[in-house]
Amino acid sequence: MASGFSAYLRRDLLLAYRRRGEAASPLIFFVMVSTLIPLGITPESARLAEIAPGIIWVMALLATLLSTDSLFASDYQDGSLEQLLISPQLLAMPVLGKITAHWMVTGLPLTLASPLLGLMLSLPAEGYVPMMASLAIGTACLSLVGSVGAALTVSLRKGGLLLSLLVMPLYMPVIIFGSATVQSAIDGFAWSGPLAILGAMLAAAIALCPIAAAGALRLTSIN
Amino acid sequence: MNWLSNWSPSWQWFHRLGSPRWFYQTTGRWLPWLSLLALALLGTGLVWGLGFAPQDAKQGNSFRIIYLHVPASFLALAGYYIMAIAGAVGLIWKMKLSYMVMKSAAPIGAVLTFLALFTGAVWGKPTWGTYWVWDARITSMLILLFLYLGVLALQYAFHSNEAGNKASAILALVGTVNIPIIYKSVDWWYTLHQPATIKLTSAPSMHPDMFQPLLVMILGFYCFYVVALFLFTRAEILRRERKTTWVKALVLGESQS
Repeated sequence: MASGFSAYLRRDLLLAYRRRGEAASPLIFFVMVSTLIPLGITPESARLAEIAPGIIWVMALLATLLSTDSLFASDYQDGSLEQLLISPQLLAMPVLGKITAHWMVTGLPLTLASPLLGLMLSLPAEGYVPMMASLAIGTACLSLVGSVGAALTVSLRKGGLLLSLLVMPLYMPVIIFGSATVQSAIDGFAWSGPLAILGAMLAAAIALCPIAAAGALRLTSIN
Repeated sequence: MNWLSNWSPSWQWFHRLGSPRWFYQTTGRWLPWLSLLALALLGTGLVWGLGFAPQDAKQGNSFRIIYLHVPASFLALAGYYIMAIAGAVGLIWKMKLSYMVMKSAAPIGAVLTFLALFTGAVWGKPTWGTYWVWDARITSMLILLFLYLGVLALQYAFHSNEAGNKASAILALVGTVNIPIIYKSVDWWYTLHQPATIKLTSAPSMHPDMFQPLLVMILGFYCFYVVALFLFTRAEILRRERKTTWVKALVLGESQS
């Protein structure tokens, strides 16, 4: 059971390493869109500081959404997804391995790059640690929830836009508590509360999402 | 599993439900009575609530929109459960009829959610001074609308009914996590929207003269919902079962008479 997890984790990480350009695009998107904010709203640092927590979270969400589409797509196209489906082991474990690899390729780099964006958007100093903590947990939630949507739309030719429609409402609780973590730290309150709720969401998502995604893959990709 | 195969009377109705034909014929007999009941309840509730219930001390006559707003919100939430449970029944027992119910529940629920949001906005203008606020319950109702639209969009994205059924059933089930959050949002977060007035466990915090017509309206909306769900499902049955002999006979018979 665990071997399916680690085998697919290693395989997907290796694949991501081979296609480095593709894997880097969410991160580049994350940084590039951030430069639009000072241009579009205001370059004034006091006003930027006010909106920075929310903006960083919204952009992390969009960057994750952008890459969720490809979670099962290439496996579906080259047929290795079918090999996975007919293998005798529990499908949820390899799926969880794939999701973990996806998080390590998208969510983790976003988390590590976020202090740079915080600096560019003049995020107050108290916000950095909560931002990184909430992004690390939150992007993992996003990858898990997104995997269900990706599994549902994998067999559709134009699934990308539909995927974002399906997954966006489910992302909303994550962004509420994610930006609340950063905001309450900046306002000088304890930020462990919203972070704990994010952690609870992650625990629930780890337990449920791989099963739902595995079920969705079985049901929708066979016909 | 001997007790299951014995077809005890208590399970018989459940197995029969799997037959679209049985459902079509039975609901055909129920529909006139249900429609009459819904009309009578809605008529009584509207006239009573809009014409005879006393004015609110603070809000004047504008509070009367409650007679549409509250029942619509009730059914918008209950409708999601009906859709998700129908989807689950379809996934577990592979019942094609329950997928048809699920597909029919989605547009009705989306319209009711929109109605709840719209009446809330109209009510919000005189009471709060604004059409829209990003308050916890209003935002979660908007998310509910997006969930309904997502289920609808996914259902129509697949060319085969079967794949669309299963995919939207899974999506509906995943979305159910949101419903308790919407329901409890006014208790958990301190926001503009007032906490629930009607609770099963305690007396309503509302004068009986205002509450009784509201109760009639809620019952009327439930009946109306069932009528609408039956009509949508019957149309879906005819569309999907159009190749069967009983539907052909039905259509031919209707056109001759």
